[in-house]
Amino acid sequence: MRRWLIWAPLAAFALLFAVVAAGLFRPAERVVRSGLVGKPVPEFALDPLIPGKPGLSSATLRGGEPRLVNMFASWCVPCIAEAPQLIALKRQGVRIDGVAVRDSTAALRGFLRRNGDPFDRIGDDKARAVQLALGSAGIPESFVVDGRGVIRHQHIGYIRPDDVPKLLAEIEKAR
Amino acid sequence: MSAVLALLAAVATPAPYAYVQLRDPAQEAQARALMAELRCLVCQGQSIADSDADMAGDMRSLVRERIAAGEEPAAVREWLIGRYGDYVTYDPPLSAATAPLWIAPILLLGLGAWIARASLKRRRG
Repeated sequence: MRRWLIWAPLAAFALLFAVVAAGLFRPAERVVRSGLVGKPVPEFALDPLIPGKPGLSSATLRGGEPRLVNMFASWCVPCIAEAPQLIALKRQGVRIDGVAVRDSTAALRGFLRRNGDPFDRIGDDKARAVQLALGSAGIPESFVVDGRGVIRHQHIGYIRPDDVPKLLAEIEKAR
Repeated sequence: MSAVLALLAAVATPAPYAYVQLRDPAQEAQARALMAELRCLVCQGQSIADSDADMAGDMRSLVRERIAAGEEPAAVREWLIGRYGDYVTYDPPLSAATAPLWIAPILLLGLGAWIARASLKRRRG
C-alpha cells in the first residue's frame, strides 16, 4: 500500500498536466452563442435609417416566410467582406433584413453604394437595444428566422463564400 | 472627410446612460453592483463597469434604464443570462460545470484532516 502511494503525487501531476495540455491544444469555443436560438424573436420596432427603405420590426419577421436578419454596420470591416455573399444569397431568393448597429444615414448610404444593397428593410439600432435583445455579442452576425418569427439558426462572424450553401440549407429547413 | 466625420459622430455618441448616473442614488448603487459582475462581451476579461468599449457602454445604459424602470437587478441579470449564457456573469450559478469548484475545497479539506489525524495518531503512538 505505502509503496504505490509514493507515486500518487506524480500521478496527480500527470493528470493536471493532461488537463492543461488538452486545454492548450483544443481551446474552448471563444464565441458567445445566443440563448434565443429556438425561441421567438423578442418584440422590437426599429425606425428606418435610409429614406425610402422601411425600418424593421419583430412583426415583419412573422410574415410567413423565412428571413435572414443580418446585423451589420458601415463601420464594420468584416461586413464589407461578407457583402458579396449576402448579394449571392439574395440572388438565390433569400429575403434579407438588416439591423444597422450604431450607424448614421450618410455613412450607411455610402456603405450600400460601395458594397451593394441586398436588404428589404434596414432598422436603425441606435444604442444596440436590438442587438442585446437578440443575444448577439458582435457584428457581423446573422439570424435565420422562420415564418412564425422563431430564431432557427445563428451565424456568428462574417459569411464566407463556403458558408452560403450552409445558410441556404438553414433557410430551407426553416421553411 | 465628411463621411469620416459622420462615421465618427455615429460611433462616438454614447448611449444615454453609458456615462450618466441615475438620479436615485439607491438605484444607481444597485446598477453599479450589477455592472461590476457583468462581463463585457467584446473585451471578455473586464466587467462592463470597468470597460470603455462601445458595447460595454451600451450594456451599462441598458442596465441603468431597466433598473430606473423599476426592474429588479436579479431580473436584469436573468434577462442577460437568457441571451448570453452564464458566461455573461462573473458570479456563475452552481451547475454541473461549476460544481467541482465548490466541492473540491471541501474534499481537499476533508483529505487534509484525515492525513493530519493519521500522522498525529502515529506520533502519539
